[in-house]
Amino acid sequence: MTGSLSAAAGAAAAGSAVLGATGADWVLWALVLLPAVTGAGLGLVSLSGPAVRDDQPEDERPPAGQRWAPVVTVAVLGAECVLAGVAAAGRPRVSAAFLPFARFGLAVDGLAALILPAVVGIALLVMVFAAADVREARARFCALMLVFVAAVVMTVTATTLPTLLLAWEVMGAASFALIGFAWWQEHRVKAGVTAFVTTRLGDLGLYVAAGAAVAGGAGLDLGDLAAASSGWRHMVAAGILLAALGKAAQLPFSFWLSRAMVGPSPVSALLHSAAMVAMGGYLLLRVQPLLAVTGWAATTAAWCGAATAVLLGVVAVAQRDLKQLLAASTAAQLGFVVLGAGVGAVAGGAAQLVAHAAVKSLLFLAAGAWLSALGTKQLPALQGVARRWPVVGVCAGVAALALGGVVPLSLWATKDEVLAAALATSGWLYATGLLAAVLSAGYAGKVLVLVWRSATRDATDPEDTDPDATGPEAGFDTEQPGTRRIGWLETLPLIVLAVPAALLGVLALPPVRSGVDRLLGQPPAPAPGPVELLVSAVLAVVTVLGVVLLTTRGSGVPEPGWARNWLGLHRLALAGVVDPTDRLARVLARADDKVLARGVERVAALALQTATLLQRVDVDVLDAGVVRVAAGVRRLAGLARRPQTGLLHHYYIQAVAVLAAGAVLLVLVG
Amino acid sequence: MSVLSIVVFLPLVVACFLVAVRVPDTAARWIWCALSAAEVLLIAGMWLGRPADPSTSLDFEQRVGWISTVASSYHVGLDGLSWPLVALTVVVFASCSVYALNEGNRPRLHAALFCFLQTTCLGVFAAQDLLLFFVFFDLSIVGMYFAIAGWGHGQAARSALMFFLYTFLGSLALLVGFIGLYLAATPHTFDIVELSRTAPLQGSGSVGVLVLGAILLGLAVKTPTFPFHTWLPPAHTDAPAVGSAVLAGVLLKMGTYGFVRIAMPLLPDAWRDWAWVVLAVGIVSVLYGALVALAQTNLKRMIAYTSVNHMGYVVVAVGAAGVLTGSAEQARQVAIVGAVTQMVSHGLITAALFLLAGVVHERTGTYDMGSFGGLARPAPRYAALFAIAAFASLGLPGFSGFIAEFQVFTGAIATAPISALAVLGILITAALFLRALQRLLTGETVGRSVGFRDLGAVEMCAIGPLLILALAIGVLPAPLLDVITPTAGQLVDLVGR
Repeated sequence: MTGSLSAAAGAAAAGSAVLGATGADWVLWALVLLPAVTGAGLGLVSLSGPAVRDDQPEDERPPAGQRWAPVVTVAVLGAECVLAGVAAAGRPRVSAAFLPFARFGLAVDGLAALILPAVVGIALLVMVFAAADVREARARFCALMLVFVAAVVMTVTATTLPTLLLAWEVMGAASFALIGFAWWQEHRVKAGVTAFVTTRLGDLGLYVAAGAAVAGGAGLDLGDLAAASSGWRHMVAAGILLAALGKAAQLPFSFWLSRAMVGPSPVSALLHSAAMVAMGGYLLLRVQPLLAVTGWAATTAAWCGAATAVLLGVVAVAQRDLKQLLAASTAAQLGFVVLGAGVGAVAGGAAQLVAHAAVKSLLFLAAGAWLSALGTKQLPALQGVARRWPVVGVCAGVAALALGGVVPLSLWATKDEVLAAALATSGWLYATGLLAAVLSAGYAGKVLVLVWRSATRDATDPEDTDPDATGPEAGFDTEQPGTRRIGWLETLPLIVLAVPAALLGVLALPPVRSGVDRLLGQPPAPAPGPVELLVSAVLAVVTVLGVVLLTTRGSGVPEPGWARNWLGLHRLALAGVVDPTDRLARVLARADDKVLARGVERVAALALQTATLLQRVDVDVLDAGVVRVAAGVRRLAGLARRPQTGLLHHYYIQAVAVLAAGAVLLVLVG
Repeated sequence: MSVLSIVVFLPLVVACFLVAVRVPDTAARWIWCALSAAEVLLIAGMWLGRPADPSTSLDFEQRVGWISTVASSYHVGLDGLSWPLVALTVVVFASCSVYALNEGNRPRLHAALFCFLQTTCLGVFAAQDLLLFFVFFDLSIVGMYFAIAGWGHGQAARSALMFFLYTFLGSLALLVGFIGLYLAATPHTFDIVELSRTAPLQGSGSVGVLVLGAILLGLAVKTPTFPFHTWLPPAHTDAPAVGSAVLAGVLLKMGTYGFVRIAMPLLPDAWRDWAWVVLAVGIVSVLYGALVALAQTNLKRMIAYTSVNHMGYVVVAVGAAGVLTGSAEQARQVAIVGAVTQMVSHGLITAALFLLAGVVHERTGTYDMGSFGGLARPAPRYAALFAIAAFASLGLPGFSGFIAEFQVFTGAIATAPISALAVLGILITAALFLRALQRLLTGETVGRSVGFRDLGAVEMCAIGPLLILALAIGVLPAPLLDVITPTAGQLVDLVGR
């Protein structure tokens, strides 16, 4: 690979458009362009047909573009999987001219080689599910998802800050459009706005980081950021940290993820578990050397992750809506990834990220399948749903157990690898992480017991579909009309996902573990000892059993209001940021009209007044003055006429007087 | 005669023809379209055929004596600063000419007026002589006055007069500054190339500062920056759609172009003295424009205030480029490249937005966003184009705005970290555009949205290409940036003198 690297570097100097064209490099371009171009094409298709209506009758045959869109999308994503495999093996590295001081660069390094196939594979499975689950405006849905996949591939492989920022914000925009997919329902669009604006607040950090990196002499290559001069380095780290925490829905930004749950379930399964939210954690893993070199940034990340893992764990435990529970748990589980980046457990964090992606996608897809079938995602209403569709139920059960950290399933080992590094850093951090692990077992147990618990409605006739407040279908169809069906297209992806959801723990266990370290080019990190593995395993099992007992025998797990409301974060953001900004905006707008614009008009009015005044001066002073002068002259002329009497003796007297005056003058002057 | 002069004066010839000969309305519309297409083709050919090496001399330069008593000549030519704006001008006018195929109000005179405007705009960006620049600059104000007064709506006469007086006053300040430069040069000259070579007021202390002050005032009114922007919202609100598109897309750029063409290279040390003021005005414009836009309920006023915000980024960049303390030359160059890119980007995107706002007004007679909702149902094409334009305007990567703003921020923050305040602008614009999008396009189809006719072929052909260009620049910025970058480097050297 070094050959290709130096070829790329050499060609970069030459400045040609596409560089370092060795063996597998075209694969990387294809990985980005294939979904992007197909997505754009499907976008045009979605515009060309008549507007799709939400009240469109089900039996009405959609136009061809809409029917073929899912097929095309699945085919493209299948090709993406192959390409991702080739790229992970070949490690291509490409760049193209972009900005005068930073190239557009993509590369598959060890970390990307681990994440990329996972993300693309999950995208494929999610779209297989969506082919059956999403029934309206399919072309638009597929277009947006494909654009999103292109952006994720770019995010994972970006080598420069502008490339990353480009992909990063396109992900955010796609997320907005997908959350608000059913645009005719305004609350969904509003949730999309919240998601975009909140994550963009974090994104501002990347803009500032870019400026600081240039000023610090590091340039905009992600790998070089740690080399920025000391003062600027802090600004770079702070900016990136802000962006990553916002995207990963860590505290205090978590609320946007809660609101995002009004989006379609496949969107949650891809964006809000495996891909977009996870990219926040991924970015921190990628720039871990930068965090470490500043010191405080690593500590902040570690504690932020740990705090999110605990507090959002409590939030998750308190939820009664399945998707809300899963969303809170996503923030909490990504807390472990962020914690891992903070304590230098890059391999552990990456393993946690991949394993969580599989687990959480599966659970979101199961939640989506139930929502479509039964019209609800409220946990009380979903009681016993796993027994109705056992295959879905078993898959979801495996994922829930994995989520709870039950041995030997995936998240048990990956989370412990992160915690081992945390223990090496600080005992308190480890204790906090362990508490978060207990909470994971708590909310996972809650899901598990509710969906599998035999409901009282089992006794009644399952064929009876008459909705009745107290009947077997109590609580169904409260959110949307349910189909009462889960087809094979919806089930198949769950079965496939259950395998990695169960097994990916091997990434954090010997002997694969050291291979992952080598793949990521990481020095061997502290490994969890047998005691720690045992402690966490016992804690998880005990907690799950405790929850089962509490739910079946007692009143269920506690659900405090503050935790159900996601710590009141959204209200806090509204009251603390949004409302004051709106007030300021209104005050300024009024001032603009009443003061500035009026001020200009007043200046104009003043000019008019001055003109009027001058006009009066002109008439009353100048013109009148001229008239008065004229009158004076006329009077003088009148006086001058008076000596001309025509009488000779008057003239003689005048002549004598003048002569006398002349004589006197001569005498005086002489 | 240089081909550039042909490009500049061809629209004027057509304008005279349209005034003199009473051609039928349809013919007049198509003549304007054909002319603007020819202009686009000419500029495209010239762009592709321009000399490859970024030498110091101007492309397509022409200089002939004009007013010899004050040593002013007809001197035109293009470099990396003017190329993008000349190209922008022909594109925006072409788009307007297509949009105006639906114009029903005196289309012959309408076409003639906009042909005349096109000559003045091209003249401003091609001029290499201060007096020539000033003449074209003022004639553009006259042309736009008639466009608003003659084809506007609402209080068109009042807004047009306000626009005329305010910007004309600004241009007088500009003229004072130009005369100051003329008098300081030995031998006296209005020639921009010569003046930038000699920088006559270099080291003159307060005189240079005063002359630059006059020029800055004139440019600030035109741009417009806070607090000289109050003519803009009424002018836009009452202007016809194509008038707004040209006003925001092209005329505002004359102000920001003046910074990089005249103020910075001709008065470098005075510019460095003023740099902090310019930077502060820029940051205030960015935040103030965005916040006031956030509070608007009138679609067109909202877009007008976002222009204050977007032009603010340009002002931030040119201000930061004058701050020399402890900054790398590269960062200042990046800021200037970003500033010029922003002029092009804002021209394309805001022209599209104003045309889209014009569609709303033509259909319903109002700009009030509260009167709409769920437009996406009756008008999916309109919704798609509006959404794309909104995202482009809020600086979404993949569109030209990102290329511009990313460079502005990177360069400005690297030279003057206080510029980091300006990044809040893109957050507020994101919020305001998404809210507007939500109010207009989504939810139940209510109010004036019911029965809203979707975009027709003519409107799609007028607005679509602007957004496609914004997308093209956003994805493949290199062809544009390669033109700007060398000249931006020279400008950094000139300011650093």
